Amino acid sequence: MSHNSQTLPPSAAVAPAPAARAPGRKRSLQQRRARAAWLLVAPALILLFAVAGWPLLRTLFYSFTDAAMDTPEEYNFVGLANYLDFAEGDSFGVLADPLWWQAVGNTLWFTACSVSLELFFGMLLALLMNEKFRGQGVVRAAILVPWAIPTIVTAKMWGWMFHDQYGVVNDLLLRFGLIETPLAWIAEPTLSMWAVVIADVWKTVPFMALMLLAALQMIPSDLYEAARVDGANAWQRFRRITLPLIMPAMIVALIFRVMDALRVFDLIYVLTSNSEATISISGYAREQMISFQEMGVGSAASVLVFMMVAGIAACFLWINRFSHEGKEAKE
Amino acid sequence: MKLTRQQRELGKKFWIYLAALVVGVICVFPFYNAILTSLRTGQELFLTNYLPTTFHWENYVNALGENGVGRSLLNSALVATVTVGICLLVSITAAFALARVRFRGRKYILFTILCVSMFPQVAVLSGMFELVRFMGLYDSIGSLILSYTTFSLPFTVWVLTTFMRSLPVELEEAAIVDGASLWVIITKVFAPIMGPSLVTTGLLAFIGAWNEFMFALTFIISNENRTVPVAIGMLQGASQYELPWGHIMAASVVVTIPIIALVLIFQKRIVSGLTAGAVKG
Repeated sequence: MSHNSQTLPPSAAVAPAPAARAPGRKRSLQQRRARAAWLLVAPALILLFAVAGWPLLRTLFYSFTDAAMDTPEEYNFVGLANYLDFAEGDSFGVLADPLWWQAVGNTLWFTACSVSLELFFGMLLALLMNEKFRGQGVVRAAILVPWAIPTIVTAKMWGWMFHDQYGVVNDLLLRFGLIETPLAWIAEPTLSMWAVVIADVWKTVPFMALMLLAALQMIPSDLYEAARVDGANAWQRFRRITLPLIMPAMIVALIFRVMDALRVFDLIYVLTSNSEATISISGYAREQMISFQEMGVGSAASVLVFMMVAGIAACFLWINRFSHEGKEAKE
Repeated sequence: MKLTRQQRELGKKFWIYLAALVVGVICVFPFYNAILTSLRTGQELFLTNYLPTTFHWENYVNALGENGVGRSLLNSALVATVTVGICLLVSITAAFALARVRFRGRKYILFTILCVSMFPQVAVLSGMFELVRFMGLYDSIGSLILSYTTFSLPFTVWVLTTFMRSLPVELEEAAIVDGASLWVIITKVFAPIMGPSLVTTGLLAFIGAWNEFMFALTFIISNENRTVPVAIGMLQGASQYELPWGHIMAASVVVTIPIIALVLIFQKRIVSGLTAGAVKG
């Protein structure tokens, strides 16, 4: 029986009934399995709807009301006023708030900077880890340290290292003569975003490196041998063999990181106390909701955050599918 | 100047070791610096020194006791364990169905789960707030277990599904031929060999729950129910300008060491779990 099943096509391997049985019986087994599958998935789906779907719908609902955080039961419908409203020649709502647009700019800038730096350093790190050398295990363990450290601890640690008077970063820069006077990393608006980006890159490069390393290790080494015989140099080998082969994994890792960076909140909240120069869209929405108790406005901002993130995700998926189709067409 | 092959090899080795050294130092230095700071008090804090000078262990005692970090460690452990337990329990059957059975709508379910695992937490914040209030869980540990399920559950389902897919088909075939029902297949055939994957998935989800900040900051107001990230985030001194850095760093080190230990012990598993979620997805 077992050697028999190996010669069957993969689709038949799922249907395990012996060939001697009637085809009707076979279908009913699959049908029964499909029905049972729904039962097995149901608990997870119901729970997921309760803790994610329902709250999401309620947030959308509240974004059309003027509810306050302490009395969410009392509300009036205000239509789209939380988003944008015009009264007496002036505009109100989240979309008319300069701080919202500042937060949008901050978040996009943070995402672009940190993810591209992570990709660059992650690639270098993955290429390094892909080489064979003694003490590899130690390096492998060391790069897991930043990943393992809780984000809040990362924020506090870097906050202390970026301290304008006693921080290690300024001390090292001064010692190496790179700066003349200590920099106010956290307080200076032009520098604070870089402080956030540096801390985030430090924490997340390991994740990127591990993803890329897993992809690198799947490339058969004879490809490189062949290229070397043909006289390809290191850059050509990277450009023509490594990059195309790890591209799918790289895109997945990129999507993961972009989605993660777009919802950044905790790092900024602790490192720079949600200052205007660094506040993210998530931080803005939460501030409206919790600090100002404006449940309606906060919900509207949350919905906008959701739509923005979903829009960017959709773009990514579309580009990904598009490039896949292009590849298939070429082949 | 033409280098011999041996010289080139040697040069390459040199650069590799140099790079490895730089990487190691950059990765570990901030934590090392935190440990140094955690052992200093008073004026020593403000003299930058890259080697240990004094050993003020009282910072640790202070952080754990007076600042309530000890208590919040227990809270965090409880919340993360219960959340992960519930999520794993529900995900095993779901992951089995999603990985092993072909049925209509499977792709849509998987896609939805992936989307939920990526969407921003703030998007459910006010709805979750209402739900937490409605269930009378505000300012209690229960609110966190409820809200952490939002991001833990899709994660565990997704990772377990990729793990289940990689198990050989023959296992199941043999069981079906013997007339085993789906339930028997799950509990008698899959559950026993799922141990390692469950540990990996559980660990990753545990770390995620341990580190969560936004829900914990929003749904808990009393000191004794705080989780670790909030307790650390809220550590304040007498004024904004004299933060108790020694205490903060001691608390940071205390809450980080269990996680680092876990990660280093289960290194291989964690790396495989991290990449299973993404590379095959």
